[in-house]
Amino acid sequence: MSTETKGTGTSRRGFLKGAAATGAALGAAGAARAEGDPLITEVQEWASGLGEGVDATPYGMPIEFEGDVVRRNVEWLTADTISSINFTPIHALDGTITPQGCAFERHHSGAITLKKEDYRLMINGLVDTPLVFTYDDLERFPRAQQTFFLECAANTGMEWAGSQLNGAQYTHGMIHNMEYTGVTLRTLLEEAGLDAAGDLKDKWVYVEGADASSNGRSIPMEKALDDCMVAFKANGEALRMEHGYPVRLVVPGWEGNMWVKWLRRIEVMDKPVESREETSKYTDTLEDGTSRKWTWAMDAKSVVTSPSPQMPIKHGKGPLVITGLAWSGRGAITAVDVSLDGGVTWQEARLAEPGKPMALTRFYLDINWDGSEMFLQSRAMDDTGYVQPTKAQLREVRGLNSIYHNNCIQTWHVNANGEANNVEVS
Amino acid sequence: MSKFPKFLMAASVATLTAAPAMAEKLGLGRTATDSEIAAWNLDVFPDGSNLPAGKGDVWTGEEVFAEACAVCHGEFAEGAGNWPKLAGGADTLDHEDPLKTVGSYWPYLSTTFDYVRRSMPFGAAGTLSDDDTYAIVAYILYSNDLVDDDFVLSKETFLDVELPNAEGFIVDDRAETEYGSFTNRCMSDCKPGTVEVITTVVFPGDPNSGFDATPISQAVMGTAAATPAEAEVTEAAAEAPAAEEAAPAMELDAELVAKGEKVFKKCKACHKVGDKAKNGTGPILNGVYGREAGTVDGFKYSKPMLTAAEGGLVWDETELSGYLANPRKYMKGTKMSFAGLKKDKDIAAILEFLKSHSQ
Repeated sequence: MSTETKGTGTSRRGFLKGAAATGAALGAAGAARAEGDPLITEVQEWASGLGEGVDATPYGMPIEFEGDVVRRNVEWLTADTISSINFTPIHALDGTITPQGCAFERHHSGAITLKKEDYRLMINGLVDTPLVFTYDDLERFPRAQQTFFLECAANTGMEWAGSQLNGAQYTHGMIHNMEYTGVTLRTLLEEAGLDAAGDLKDKWVYVEGADASSNGRSIPMEKALDDCMVAFKANGEALRMEHGYPVRLVVPGWEGNMWVKWLRRIEVMDKPVESREETSKYTDTLEDGTSRKWTWAMDAKSVVTSPSPQMPIKHGKGPLVITGLAWSGRGAITAVDVSLDGGVTWQEARLAEPGKPMALTRFYLDINWDGSEMFLQSRAMDDTGYVQPTKAQLREVRGLNSIYHNNCIQTWHVNANGEANNVEVS
Repeated sequence: MSKFPKFLMAASVATLTAAPAMAEKLGLGRTATDSEIAAWNLDVFPDGSNLPAGKGDVWTGEEVFAEACAVCHGEFAEGAGNWPKLAGGADTLDHEDPLKTVGSYWPYLSTTFDYVRRSMPFGAAGTLSDDDTYAIVAYILYSNDLVDDDFVLSKETFLDVELPNAEGFIVDDRAETEYGSFTNRCMSDCKPGTVEVITTVVFPGDPNSGFDATPISQAVMGTAAATPAEAEVTEAAAEAPAAEEAAPAMELDAELVAKGEKVFKKCKACHKVGDKAKNGTGPILNGVYGREAGTVDGFKYSKPMLTAAEGGLVWDETELSGYLANPRKYMKGTKMSFAGLKKDKDIAAILEFLKSHSQ
């Protein structure tokens, strides 16, 4: 198998000859050979009549043919759909920005409706002046804007015990990547004044949301002052309800649970709260029964989004685009390798753009598929020198019960028909 | 041991490149009042600081738990359905499938108190008194065999209880145990022999194979993010006149139905309506208006409900209004752990909403 794309099926004659020999394309190609493709030779309705006016769709949605590119949940994973999760259709997307309307949701007490007029943000605790901001106040602070991925700590968590769910959407879809606009957390903390906190090195901030779960988390002051953001826009428009409208916290590179939605309070403290979400959940149990806590950073990870179980190869042998996503919560992606043979040999993929810190990176590998089976894998490297591990490497350190932070190399078995399945290989 | 993982104390991995530098305070916002801070600043710490006054004993806790919690967490905190188990699981953390409960896993009692007071019961958060919260936590401790039945939990006795797994946690050590060894970027001959499949997918096919994959129409998608309910309501209202021919009409006030939909949020944790509705913690409510009580297939009703059903209870406007105003007063021993709807207009709205799902 070679990665060269030239030489096969590129000339028109080659296309017609090749298509005639391929069962799947026989009908259309046969007609085309005889008298030309009617889609070309006959005047079509859409090329003759008129389309919709500019007042038909004040807010545009994807065309109906893309109606299956949506978030999906897996009903039996959780007790009900209110404290639950759904998955981004990463298998069907390209580029790196996740449209808000299909970016995954995770709620602990459901997605609430909170008006800007009813929104209040309090900063209290070890600050010079405890403050309350309205939404309008937040828009008057100097703004910051940057793109970050958000990954749920439980993304790929089902896969610890073996290959479970059949699709990149389900195994890796608890992730999205958006361009956020807001105010840095540092700006707001400094407005309240941090002199009262004394030495900032061992201080914490506690952040909580306005929903019933409150989802409180303790964040070390160093991180709070480094790059956290209080965001009110994503991908240029207001946050969606399900992502915390009107205001959410952005904690770049760290597990999604800390990105508190409907952010209502920031408390400066001299110790962590040890809330439910940082003790009973989002802690990683090791083989001997002890558990890691404060496992905040999301390590480097990648996945081939196509081909994948929901994106089989339908065109037969010949030119094939292998593509996927890579990210690291500890820096920028520097390279992604792809293996077609289950990890025996690797070749470096092409990054669509140089990796940006704590944001998704798109990779491509253009091959000439010879129609033989493949064990497709991808492997991410970040600028700390970290190389995405295999599941076996992770299990060796952690055992099988960690639930969270599974950033192992994923394998898709692609058979000669182009169908892909989730497998685990030796 | 350092309080923070090493990587964090190293130079920051990245900073906001275009972050504004503030010369001085902008004077935005206003000072928070003491009562505002008191209302929101509820966090309780492992050392017991910020605990409120009050107390609760095990037996009171058992009663409150039965009313407010047992519907999801089981009479003995053993869990119902897929909902969390709160008791048991001692010494299972190194087993293949550990059972993580307050008794077996949670390191600090403060977390239980903090969480119950803030976020429970599911669908009625923030309604428990501090005494009831103390009592529930005392009962959870008792269910885990961690206190005797005469135990009274209060600010004063809080630190007498140490949870078994208090010492079971270590601070993230990936920097020491993983990062140094995950650095080998092998490009060829990386594995000996041929690659073999160890496991194939456990749930083949699309997990949503039952999902209706017909394209979502513009109309529904347009409202999906903000108010999916409104589309249904509009449909229900639109269908109402057509139904007149077939059955005696229930005239619907579309506006009231929409209000009822909002009120129904209080019920959604346990009750489902609509095409895809199934029994949950509570029975499915399609057709509940005018239905004979206790007749949903596959739902396990409480004894009092079954008795009332035998007595011929039918969910008409009067009965539903009475039940929803104060469930436990209306029917002693009902499984429905819901405080009730205080406002008549909320009851009227929800009845209209339930009617719209009973056509």
